[in-house]
Amino acid sequence: MNFWYWLVSFLPFEWAASGSMLFMKNALLAILVVTPLFGILSTMVVESRMAFFSDALGHSAFTGMAIGAICGLTQPVWAAVIFSVVIAFLFTLVRQRTRMASDTAISVFSSAAVALGIFISTLGGQSFTKFNNLLIGDILSVAPSEIGFLAGLLVLVLVLWLTSFNQMMLSSVHQALADSRGIRAVWKNFLFTAAIAVVVTITMSWVGLLVINAMLVLPGAAARNVAKNLPQYHLISVVGGLVCGVAGLLVSYYVGASTGASITLLLSLWFFVTLLFKKAH
Amino acid sequence: MRFAKQPHSRIPLPGKPGTCRLQVRDLGVTLDNESILRGITFQLNCREIVALIGPNGAGKSSLFRSILGQIPYTGTIKFELAGGYPSRPKIGYVPQSPSFDRGYPISVLDFFAAAISRWPVFLPVPRHLRERVDECLSRVHGEALLYKRIGTLSGGELQRVLLALALEPIPQILILDEPLSGVDVGGEHLLMEMLDEIRQKYDLSILFSTHDFSTLRQYADKVILLQQAILKVGTPAEVLRSQEFQSVFHLNLEGGDPA
Repeated sequence: MNFWYWLVSFLPFEWAASGSMLFMKNALLAILVVTPLFGILSTMVVESRMAFFSDALGHSAFTGMAIGAICGLTQPVWAAVIFSVVIAFLFTLVRQRTRMASDTAISVFSSAAVALGIFISTLGGQSFTKFNNLLIGDILSVAPSEIGFLAGLLVLVLVLWLTSFNQMMLSSVHQALADSRGIRAVWKNFLFTAAIAVVVTITMSWVGLLVINAMLVLPGAAARNVAKNLPQYHLISVVGGLVCGVAGLLVSYYVGASTGASITLLLSLWFFVTLLFKKAH
Repeated sequence: MRFAKQPHSRIPLPGKPGTCRLQVRDLGVTLDNESILRGITFQLNCREIVALIGPNGAGKSSLFRSILGQIPYTGTIKFELAGGYPSRPKIGYVPQSPSFDRGYPISVLDFFAAAISRWPVFLPVPRHLRERVDECLSRVHGEALLYKRIGTLSGGELQRVLLALALEPIPQILILDEPLSGVDVGGEHLLMEMLDEIRQKYDLSILFSTHDFSTLRQYADKVILLQQAILKVGTPAEVLRSQEFQSVFHLNLEGGDPA
């Protein structure tokens, strides 16, 4: 981390001066790690029509937090990570068994999870206010250990992509063809879903449960409007997410608004720009 | 390149004794306690084009999937090389063409390279692989499609791309599930001419299902009329003229008018 702080001190911002505003530097590093991760996952989320599904995963991560908190853990986020991976596994299983991605099934799952979370966290007349920062997100809460963890996850996702992207992509766009070429991607899809669950759970407390899904859907959705092939699709998704992420952080710092909301607004703006570009061509 | 130069067994004519053939004997398929296929017996010889016709739900796709080994079946499916040596056939399969999302930014090159190689196609495809894909597409005269987005291809173009994919590596049997659906009349003839050319060039047998009876006479050597069991086998003329055909489809092509 010290190396990072030293590196940032060369940036021409007042908060970048050495020895001060460590939270801002943590936040910047977190954004630089997490937006490429979201950018990569985003293309597959959009193409597999999992936007709603990933939203539901975010909701169940909240339930994990609540369960972790009631178990008296000082760091409920790790309980939430485990809980959401379990939920991801169940989801994948249901999808595979029934070949169903139906809105209704996801909605049932997701409302049950959220209700359970609220029920647990308000049990015995407790106040819900301690969970408020989960809804809006608080970029100050970034911990270096979490950044390290997400950097590790980024590496794992890259390995998954390098080894299995073709199979996952083919089985999502053309199941019959994948079957006929002997492609089975069940486990790979689970790893992919688990990666979404983990990244959503950890970053939820930074950018907020209400807007977290935008980070996972908008980069890919915007890139889709302008890309002509898969390499462009990924590049634009990652770069778009990265630029909006960093810009959103700076905007939120200087105007004093929620970082998650700022990033999401910029991503939405970026999406509409690409949409206009698509219409123009 | 490796595959294009592969030596093929020299077989003089389709249907002669001693040529390679696929033998299906007394095949039955039961799914969820429902009998889908029963007593299916037929033979597919090298260089033969056999059309499978029958109403929806007749079991055409199930027959394909049992030959592909994707579903359990009873009875036997045997493949013999010339001279009667048993072997496991290489099968190329062209699935019923799905509608690709028009907006999905995936080029024919990306899609093709993903299916035939381990190169992760979210990275730019290297030149040697692009040349290999180009060569595969040239087998169906589809080089011009390389950089097109899959979702923007016409029905006929998409079928050609899927056909090129099924020909890599060159199979001994080619199975096509409704290749003519969603293809316009010009495209139909182009596609059937291409299948005719391919079977000569690569010594392979072709089995395809169709609802389009107008192409049968010109291109199919044999027609199988299927409805859970085989109702009729023969030349296109024999099958189209048969009682069985008329009763299954309630029409009479010989007279020219639907009854």
